[in-house]
Amino acid sequence: MRGQSILEVHEICKAFGPTKALRGVGLKVRSGEVLALIGENGAGKSTLLKILSGAHRADSGQMSIGDRPFRPSGPSDTRQSGVAMIYQELNLAPELSVEDNLLLGYRGNGGGLLIRKRQRPQVLEALKTVGLGDLSPTAIVGEQSIATQQMLEIARALIAEARIILFDEPTSSLPQKDVARLFAIINELKEREIGMVYISHFLEEVREVADRYAVLRDGENVGEGEMEDADDDTIVSLMVGRDVKNLFPTVPHSPGEPWVKVQGLTGLPYPKKINIELRRGEIFGVAGLVGAGRTELIRTVFGLDHASEGSVVVNEKPIAPAIGERIKAGFGFISEDRKNEGLAQDLSIIDNLTLSRLTDYTTIGVLNLKRRKQAAEKLLERVQVKCKASDQAVSELSGGNQQKVAIARILHQQADILLMDEPTKGIDVGTKSEVYRMLGELAATGKTIIFVSSYLPELLAVCDRIGVMARGELRDVRNTSDWTEEEVMRVAIG
Amino acid sequence: MNFRRILKTIFQSQLGPIFALAFILMLFAVADQRWSSGNYLSPRNFRVMMNSAALIAVPALGMTMIIIAAGIDLSAGTALTLCGTVLATQFKYAAVASGEPGFVWVALQAVGLTLLTGCLCGLVNGGLISLTKVVPFIVTLGTMTIFLGVGQIISKESTVYADEKNIPGWLSDFCYTGSNSERYLNFGVFPNIPNSVLLTLILAIGVVLLLRYTVFGRNVFAIGSSESTARLCGVNVPFTIIAVYTLAGVFVALGGLMYYANVKNGNPSDGMGKELEIIAAVVLGGGSLSGGRGSILGTLMGALIITAIRSGCAQLSILNTYTHIIIGGIIIVAVIVDQLRHGSPEWFFRLLPAKSTEG
Repeated sequence: MRGQSILEVHEICKAFGPTKALRGVGLKVRSGEVLALIGENGAGKSTLLKILSGAHRADSGQMSIGDRPFRPSGPSDTRQSGVAMIYQELNLAPELSVEDNLLLGYRGNGGGLLIRKRQRPQVLEALKTVGLGDLSPTAIVGEQSIATQQMLEIARALIAEARIILFDEPTSSLPQKDVARLFAIINELKEREIGMVYISHFLEEVREVADRYAVLRDGENVGEGEMEDADDDTIVSLMVGRDVKNLFPTVPHSPGEPWVKVQGLTGLPYPKKINIELRRGEIFGVAGLVGAGRTELIRTVFGLDHASEGSVVVNEKPIAPAIGERIKAGFGFISEDRKNEGLAQDLSIIDNLTLSRLTDYTTIGVLNLKRRKQAAEKLLERVQVKCKASDQAVSELSGGNQQKVAIARILHQQADILLMDEPTKGIDVGTKSEVYRMLGELAATGKTIIFVSSYLPELLAVCDRIGVMARGELRDVRNTSDWTEEEVMRVAIG
Repeated sequence: MNFRRILKTIFQSQLGPIFALAFILMLFAVADQRWSSGNYLSPRNFRVMMNSAALIAVPALGMTMIIIAAGIDLSAGTALTLCGTVLATQFKYAAVASGEPGFVWVALQAVGLTLLTGCLCGLVNGGLISLTKVVPFIVTLGTMTIFLGVGQIISKESTVYADEKNIPGWLSDFCYTGSNSERYLNFGVFPNIPNSVLLTLILAIGVVLLLRYTVFGRNVFAIGSSESTARLCGVNVPFTIIAVYTLAGVFVALGGLMYYANVKNGNPSDGMGKELEIIAAVVLGGGSLSGGRGSILGTLMGALIITAIRSGCAQLSILNTYTHIIIGGIIIVAVIVDQLRHGSPEWFFRLLPAKSTEG
C-alpha cells in the first residue's frame, strides 16, 4: 500500500517579523500512509500547514508534489494541486445542503452552471466512502452532528480528488465513538493510496492511526521514524527537548471537611438531579462523553446556565443563582471555549486577568492602573506566562499561555471553588503538566476543584474522586483508585 | 536610521487620525493659497470649523462608547433634533423673557427637560436592546423613526422658532464664532475659542477618564470585545448596556442643545442623516464596529477631519455633490488603512522601500 513519496518539503523557512516560526523544515509524505506531525504548541506545525495550504508563503525552501514544484498561492490553488485540509474548526456552510457543501469550490463541467443531477453519483459515492451512505444529499449541514460534519469535510476532499489530505487536530471536538469511525475512514483512505498528514496532541491517537512520525520543535525537525519503533517517552522528550519523567506531577494534598453541596441541581435539558458533596482541598473529576452534560453541570453550578430545580450550598448557605453572587461566594469558572468565551481576545492580558475582580484597585470608583498592573504582573510570573508585555493583547499569545491567563484570572479572583471545563484542551504537553502541578498546589492550599475532562489519563492521575456522567445524570462517583479507564468508559456509554 | 521601521512605527501608532487631519489641513491650506482666497486657516474660519466639529463631536463621544460596547445608535440624529425641538418649544412658550426675574427657572427647566429627553431616548434604546436581545442596528433603526415622529408631534410638524428675547444670552453665545471677544468665555486669558468647543473638550476629558479609570469603562471594553467573557467574569451586562446608551443619550441631548444654539430653531427632520456623520467620526477615529476598540482622541480627530474637508471644499468652491463623494471616499480609505494597521498584512509592508539587510 505504501508507495512513492508524493509530497516533499525541503528547508522551509518562515519568519513573522523577528520571530522565526520555521527554520528549514523538511517533510516527506508517501502515498497510502499517515505521517503524524507532532510538536508542542508554537513548534511550527500550524505555520507549516498554512504554508502547505497556501495561506502563508514560505520565505525560502521548496515543496513538490510528485515531480512538480508546488508553490500554492491560495486555497483554490492548493485544491487544484490535489491537497485538501481538514481543520480543527469545521469549514462548512451550515445553511447549505450536504451536496451544495460538497460541491463548493468544485469546478465541474457545467460551464459555470451547477448541474446537481450530473454530480449526484459522485456525491453519493463520496458519502458512501466516508460511511454516510444513508445521509440525503439534500439534508441541511447545520442540522448534522459535529462528527457527521467532519466526515462531510473528508467527503469534500474526495470529490476534489485530493491526493494528499492534511488533518489538523481532527478529533479535538469528536466524541470517543466517532473517533473510531474517523480512524476507520482514514484506513480506507490509505487503501486508496492517499497520503495523509495528521496533527494531534494525543499520543495514543497518533499511535493508533499513523505509520510514521515527524517531530517539530521551535521550527526545526528534531526527529522522525516509524511509529512502532518509538515509545511515548521518546516522542515526548523529543517534543519538549528534555526528559519528561513525569507527565502527571502530583502534589500531595488531603481533602478536608465537606463544605460545598450541589443538591438536586437540574437544568434544561441537562443536568438532571445532580447531588455532589465537595470537600476542602479536593479535586473532583467529571468524566463522560461529549454531550453527557458535564459542561452544562458546571455552567449551572456557576450560574451561567439556568437551573430549573435544585440549589448550590456553600457552608450551609444557599447561594442565589446569579453569576455575581456565585463569584462572591468563591466560585471561579474556566470555559472550555477559550477563544469566544474564556477570554476577551482583543483586550490586554491585564484586562482579562483582572476583569472579574477590579474592586481591589478602586477608590470611589476610580481605578488605580499602576497597582492593578503590579498585581497582574506578579500573578503572570507565578503561573509563568510567556509574553512580551502585560498590556499585550491576549490574542497574540499561544494557546497554552492563554490558558494560563485564564487560570491566573480565577486565582486573582481569589476563588475557592474552581470550576474548570477542559482546562488542558489544545495546550501542549509541557504546559499540561504545569497545569496539573498547579491544580495539586491549589488543592493543597485548601481550594476545591471540579475538573471536567475528556482525557481520561489526566483525570485518573490528578483527581481524588471521579464522577462519571451519562445523559445528564451523575451515574457513579468513586475514589480515583477504584476506577480504571475501561470502567469509566463502561459507565459513560451506559 | 531605518526608514522602513520608522514608517511602520508611525503607521502602527495610535496617532494615525492626527496625522490624517494634519495632512488634510495642509492639503487644503496649500490649495486655498494657490487657487482661492487664502482664508482657510484664518482664525475666523478655524473657529467656524471647530464649532462645526464640536456639533458632531459631542454626540460622537456617546457614540464612541456605544461602538466600543459593540453597539450602534442609528437614532442619534433624530434624537438629537428631538432634544433641540423640546428646547425650542420651551423657549417659544416661555412666560417670562430673558433677563426678567424668574427666567433662570425657565432656562433651567428647559435645559433639564432637554437632557431628560435625551436620557429617555437612550434608556429606551438600551432597555430594548438589553431586554429583547434584538440587535442594536434594528432597535435603533426603529427608534430612529419613532423619535422623528415624536419630534414632529411636539413641533406640530413645523419648525419651532422662539422669540429672540426668550433665548438666554449664554445659549445665544454658545456657538458664536464671530470676532466680538466679549461673547467668548475666554476669561480674558485664553484666545477666542467657541464655547461649544470648550464644552466638547471638557466632556471629552471626562469620557477618557471614565473609560480608562473606572470599572464601568473597563466593563464597556470587555462587553465589546467579548460579551460572553464579560458575563463569565461577573459583569452585569444588561445594566452596563443600558447605562452606556443612557449616557450616550445625555451627550445626544447636549448635542441637541448646541444644534439649537447654532441654528436658533428646532426642526425634527433636520436630524435625518446626522447619525451617519456621528458614526463616521467615530469610525474615522479608529472605532471598530465589531466592538472593543475606539478612542476619544480619535473621535475628536474624526469630527475635525469631516469638517475640515467640508470647509475646505467650500473655500475652494467645490460643489456640494463632490464634497459628499470625497467624504465618503475618505471614510472607506480610513477604515482600510485602519484594518491594515491592525492586521499589518505583509504585502503592504513589502510595498514599502525594502532595506538591504534583515535587522
